[in-house]
Amino acid sequence: MTPALILIQLLSGLAHAMVLFLIASGLSLIFGVTRVVNFAHGSFYMLAAYLTYSLTAALPLGPGAFYVAVILAALAVAVVGLAVEVVLLRRVYRAPELYQLLLTFALVLVIADVVAFVWGTENKTGPSAPGLAGSVAIAGQLFPSYDLVLIALGPIVAAALWWLFYRTRWGILIRAATQDREMVAALGVDQAVLFTSVFALGSFLAGLGGGLQVPRQALTTVMDTTVITEAFVVVVVGGMGSVAGALLAAILIGVIDAFGVLVLPRASLVLIFVVMAVVLVVRPWGLLGRPELAARSAGGAVGGEGVTAPRTLVLAIVAVLVVVPPFLPTFYVWLLIEVLAFALFAASLHLLMGAGGMVSFGHAAAFGLGAYGAALLMRWAHVPMPLAFVAGPLAAAAGAAVTGFFCVRLTRIYFAMLTLAFAQIVYAIVHQWYDVTGGDNGLLGVWPARWLASPVRYYYVALLACGVGLAALSLIERAPFGLTLRAARDHAARAEACGVHVRLHQWVAFLIAGLFGGLAGTTFAFLKGSVFPNYVSVPMSVEPLVMVLLGGVQTLAGAPLGAAVFKALDTFVTQYTQYWQLVLGTILIVIVVAFPRGILGVMGARRRA
Amino acid sequence: MKGTRWLGWLALMLTAVAVWPAAAQSPIRIGDINTYSGIGAPFTGPYRAAVEMAVDEINGKGGILGRKVEVIFRDDKGQPAEAVKHAQELVASEKVALITGTFLSNVGLAVSDWAKQNSTLFVAAEPLTEAITWSKGHDHVFRVRPNTYEQGRMLADKAGKMKHVKWATIGPNYEYGKRAWETFRDRLKELKPEVQVVGEHWPALGKLEPGPFVTAILNQDPDALYVSLFGSDWLGFVREAQKRGLFQKMFVVGILLGEPEYIDPLKTEAPEGMLVTGYPWYDIQAPAHKDFVARFTKRTDKNPVLGSLVGYVTYLSIFDAVRKAGTTDTEKLVAAFRGLKVETPIGPITFRASDGQSTMGAWVGTTKVDAKRGVGIMVNHEYIAGESVLPSDEQVRKLRTGG
Repeated sequence: MTPALILIQLLSGLAHAMVLFLIASGLSLIFGVTRVVNFAHGSFYMLAAYLTYSLTAALPLGPGAFYVAVILAALAVAVVGLAVEVVLLRRVYRAPELYQLLLTFALVLVIADVVAFVWGTENKTGPSAPGLAGSVAIAGQLFPSYDLVLIALGPIVAAALWWLFYRTRWGILIRAATQDREMVAALGVDQAVLFTSVFALGSFLAGLGGGLQVPRQALTTVMDTTVITEAFVVVVVGGMGSVAGALLAAILIGVIDAFGVLVLPRASLVLIFVVMAVVLVVRPWGLLGRPELAARSAGGAVGGEGVTAPRTLVLAIVAVLVVVPPFLPTFYVWLLIEVLAFALFAASLHLLMGAGGMVSFGHAAAFGLGAYGAALLMRWAHVPMPLAFVAGPLAAAAGAAVTGFFCVRLTRIYFAMLTLAFAQIVYAIVHQWYDVTGGDNGLLGVWPARWLASPVRYYYVALLACGVGLAALSLIERAPFGLTLRAARDHAARAEACGVHVRLHQWVAFLIAGLFGGLAGTTFAFLKGSVFPNYVSVPMSVEPLVMVLLGGVQTLAGAPLGAAVFKALDTFVTQYTQYWQLVLGTILIVIVVAFPRGILGVMGARRRA
Repeated sequence: MKGTRWLGWLALMLTAVAVWPAAAQSPIRIGDINTYSGIGAPFTGPYRAAVEMAVDEINGKGGILGRKVEVIFRDDKGQPAEAVKHAQELVASEKVALITGTFLSNVGLAVSDWAKQNSTLFVAAEPLTEAITWSKGHDHVFRVRPNTYEQGRMLADKAGKMKHVKWATIGPNYEYGKRAWETFRDRLKELKPEVQVVGEHWPALGKLEPGPFVTAILNQDPDALYVSLFGSDWLGFVREAQKRGLFQKMFVVGILLGEPEYIDPLKTEAPEGMLVTGYPWYDIQAPAHKDFVARFTKRTDKNPVLGSLVGYVTYLSIFDAVRKAGTTDTEKLVAAFRGLKVETPIGPITFRASDGQSTMGAWVGTTKVDAKRGVGIMVNHEYIAGESVLPSDEQVRKLRTGG
């Protein structure tokens, strides 16, 4: 590497870093103050990019049009963010905080389809930045002048934010709320205004990032999901709610990306997640974050207890599941197997997030390890199918034992992001290790043994596996172990003082969740006959999260209910309309607003009333 | 709040209603699974438009075997497992005669394996991986589009005659990118043993941050660069490469990059002088093709892209197979597809009996910006038929049993 190359690569990395910083600082801000995990942040970024594209063409301002368009698009997106906060999020602040996540997930779907509907699905190349379309020679190489301007812009925005936070009253309140929002509320500050303004500012920053990206990147309808994970990584590495941290982390990630290209070209998928995992293991609150105060209200993440399903109802459902399937059309048998697998998958996550208060963003790792464990054994060791079916979940449990050891040292969002990092590392391994895992072409021919291969027979295998899994989870949650886990969730310090080894309990819960998540993955693999890296991908981690929340996080029964509702919605909406994202997202929004504590959570509240 | 809760119950109830099984009907039904949202959308939108045109045309002529044709489209969302679910549903509930479509290679493979297990006919339209018809091939799968091996070979045959010795490559980090490069490189080395590879770059699909890659390539100083990026990765790469003068410093070969899907969005920024495979629809003189373009443009107000042609050819092939079989019985359809000869807008193609690969070819040419239309086009192009680059039946037999 020549010094000139190092310099150019550094500059390239910095330009990327500045766009990342804009997006991540907005996300961090929203996160820090409102505790909303805003999945829709990437959608705002995408929306602004498309708006910039259209406005640039429409504004009769000549060369200046692009720059005006960027500002207008960012402002428009800020208004959208503001509207989302006032119209939707505000209705669910009283709900357990995760329900806002479900709402933003629904928004991602809706905005994706709106963009596809308005602008079409073909890729678009935006305008170049007038006056900055060319390049300048640096150390004998051409470097885009636009990127140089971006590099300068990043610190300017950072300075403006610094001024806002440290020199205005509003900023002081924001910083105070980031540290302890209950205290700020107790002192009489109007939280609604604070939250709304933060949401608008955060969205504005996402929009600015989106607009400024237009000259550098093609516009696609998937640019929302590609940016959001990276933005979360920056936020967490930098430290939640810290703008300086976001800047530092963005530079770190951008520069590591740029040099990774030279040093480890095949590791591009995973490098930033390895960095995040290392940072979180060494500094659990991010580079410039502060340790979180323990939540004052017990069980803030979960809040209250929902209904437990009456025994007669459970028995009736089991009876139906045993008796009816042979009389159903074949597709419904297949669909039921899928629902069963996801019911178990969601329930295993419930043990972590419901009983344990540990929200995992990487539960797909368990699912994927279960599926791959079984598939690899069949492919390479020619293990008979029934044996592989048992071994798959054990592989997932083993994986969970290792990753859980590191994860349970962290709490809340940092825990979530570390699980995400591990899931992404597993993803990268199955994606890259072509000789063993088949890479993205996956492993085919993972079918049930011949005597189990008919849909109805395999259905009973799945029913047995998932039924036993669900029953076991239910027992575990009600056993002293589960109750201790709840105690640790609601007040870790007090539980610790009573002599409970909190981390050990959490680690065991992680392991059990891994085992049953793996069983779900194995069941699913034999249903589909193949395994692919996307079994370990981010959407696969988000799905059970959505299901648990949809059904009601308070009770285990919510998980299978949520799984059934979500799978049914997903399957049939996709069949009836091209715009399934729009319809599914809207239905989810309606359900969340109507049942702000999940379907069973609302029924529980009603019963008590 | 009360009102919204009612809405919630209503939403749940509507779901329950929607779940009720639909009754089977009499037309010939074809199940089409494709990535209609997300990454495949730029290709599959025009594909679907052409499919609908083909179906309307055949139904206008009274259908096949006296029955109308009906296509049921399903979006696989780019996920193999989702595609398998649709296959299950289409076959079991909608009683389709066969499954077709699929865009991504791994989705194609998953559906193909399901079709093998369930003895269903699967006509893969677009996925490019060779494995579909070779190492993972089976009796019930056929494929329309020329695969990675064929297109890589077409390009290598031209590039092998050129002076460039030092090569680098950049492609998406998945099977398509890797195979697209390996087949090209191996053939190139066969033709020109002095070829050396100075750099390989594998950014994550759909997540390319182009600047650092362009610098890295420039610093390896190759004579030529082989590109298998596509979609948004390719568009972003072009802009960054233009600014940093990459196209002036090296010769560029791009697989698929002459396809309107990927060159049209670049407008006048399309790099000139690249050797590409693609689809010069504006230049193909065959009357049947001119007619196809006219009808497609009239219907959609857009020019066709390769996806449109593939969709149209796929359905013409299916219609012919049904006609030849005289029934929609799977095994008879499979027999009809073996060696089936189809008259398409670009001339006759054959589904080879040995592996089910069609002999549809591709155009190889050089890119140039057409100032009048304001987009990049292919010039000096040549249609290379599949027959001339496909391995012999003997080699195919080895590939199919070895894997």
